[in-house]
Amino acid sequence: MGILTVLETRNGELKKASLSAVTCARKISEITGLKYHLVIFSPNENSLEEVSYLGAEKVFVIRGEQFQNYTAENYALAIEKIVRDNGEKYVIATATTFGKDLLPRVAAKLSAGMVSEITEIIDDKTFKRLMYAGNIIATVKLESDIKVISVRGVAFDKAGKVDSKSQIEEVKISEKYEKKRFIKLEETKSERPELTEAQIVVSVGRGIKDPENIKLAEELADVLGAAIGASRAVVDAGWLPNDFQVGQTGKTVAPQLYIAIGISGAIQHIAGMKDSKVIAAINKDPEAPIFQIADVGLVADLFQVVPELTQKLKKLKEQAGA
Amino acid sequence: MKILVPIKRTYDPNSKIKLKTDGSGIDTSNIKFVINTFDEIAVEEALRKKEEFGGEVVVVSVGTQEWIEQIRTALAMGADRGILVDTGGKYIDQVGIAKILAKIVEEEKPDLVIMGKQAIDDDANQVGQLLAGYLNWPQATFAYKVEVKPNEKKVTVVREVDGGLETVECELPAIITTDLRLNQPRYASLPGIMKAKQKPVKTIKVEDLGIDLTPKVKIEKLETPPPRKAGVKVKDVDEFIAKLKELKALPF
Repeated sequence: MGILTVLETRNGELKKASLSAVTCARKISEITGLKYHLVIFSPNENSLEEVSYLGAEKVFVIRGEQFQNYTAENYALAIEKIVRDNGEKYVIATATTFGKDLLPRVAAKLSAGMVSEITEIIDDKTFKRLMYAGNIIATVKLESDIKVISVRGVAFDKAGKVDSKSQIEEVKISEKYEKKRFIKLEETKSERPELTEAQIVVSVGRGIKDPENIKLAEELADVLGAAIGASRAVVDAGWLPNDFQVGQTGKTVAPQLYIAIGISGAIQHIAGMKDSKVIAAINKDPEAPIFQIADVGLVADLFQVVPELTQKLKKLKEQAGA
Repeated sequence: MKILVPIKRTYDPNSKIKLKTDGSGIDTSNIKFVINTFDEIAVEEALRKKEEFGGEVVVVSVGTQEWIEQIRTALAMGADRGILVDTGGKYIDQVGIAKILAKIVEEEKPDLVIMGKQAIDDDANQVGQLLAGYLNWPQATFAYKVEVKPNEKKVTVVREVDGGLETVECELPAIITTDLRLNQPRYASLPGIMKAKQKPVKTIKVEDLGIDLTPKVKIEKLETPPPRKAGVKVKDVDEFIAKLKELKALPF
């Protein structure tokens, strides 16, 4: 009996976002006294080594041709089996597109209830989560015997290493879901840090006017070692892929510094970035709602001030010898 | 090809959301209601597939009589008929909604269910995947591109995933949930609106489905998050940088 945390891998590599779910599992373990377990699919050697030192009682490892590439259908089959064989009471994962896709299917298979994207744990069955684009905080009680929970990454720190090694258990799954086939994954190649992991995010909105101008933000991002984000308007216009979208229907970020360029600050955008430590905004409209939440606001024409900002920061960086 | 599209009535995304003064729920007095953003994209996608391959688009809602307004909107866009599962306003959690939809799917036997990836009120992102789980159908969530091959009884879906685009192939029947970039929904035309008035909308009482709807997830309390305070406005780039330094927000 325990708490099962599902880890995400891609090409054998552990996705660091999963470590937020491990922190959540640790907290629930403290409250309930249940031990926590991890399940990882097709890990490479390094990833398996890494997750063996996360303090779990056990790490379940699943391999097989049907688990080489992720499909919710096959993963759910395997997780259902582990939960039933071990009498697990919780299933937890971080709410990445992986966790969002997979967990409700797992909940269905286990006749469990599920709470999405929790931000806080109150007790063994009560959690806080955001609704209405972050305008409402709901306290919800999950009353099913098995509880399925997805975790909002920015609300939980990434779990650190411990000294003792977990027991590793290879689990054989022969069943296979036949009605779906993974074909390919086209990864967006970028030299910049991943949006949800970055310490600094430079985000662009409709004010950038033309996809050509995104390079102004990219130059700034490169000086700062920042990731690029975008408002929904920019994604809708096809100027950047959906993967860059920050907001209610995109990604949630909480970096040390969020620089919003030409973003008016629609409710649904703010939902995805308002937990950033410092918010800085550049917009030519002094009435733009973004200024109501920005720590630092500059009312100016972005086409003039962004290149200037990039140049001055570059100088500053050189002086600092960074 | 028969396509079932579950739709939800939600607040207009441009409305200002406020709690009732006693905190018991959302103050709906000044809110305009529309079809959930992602469900509207689902209706559009279903209509495009019908235009390509023929067949029927059926919309289904689980709510109150007021929701017929949104069903009519979908009919005005071009859907053929509607089903309202009338809850009488009773609270039903995501699991309950998915069970009700599973029942409707069993009766209607569609080739494809297309629905929104999430409702912009609950922001739960669960029902499509739950439904696929209950039916043991393949699921393709967060669709960016949908290509149906009716002769092979297959659908290829490109999905929006973290870090890129993933392509999967599902056997029909399957469940697809929509992401933003899938399409741009059409507006209902005036003739469409006139025609919609004649299209059939069937009401089913939720009690008559004989499903246990005891919620597994209960909402205990709703609150408004503390507002983030506005900071300072600076006059130029130098001040902008100085302020960021003061807040220790710069890496150098």
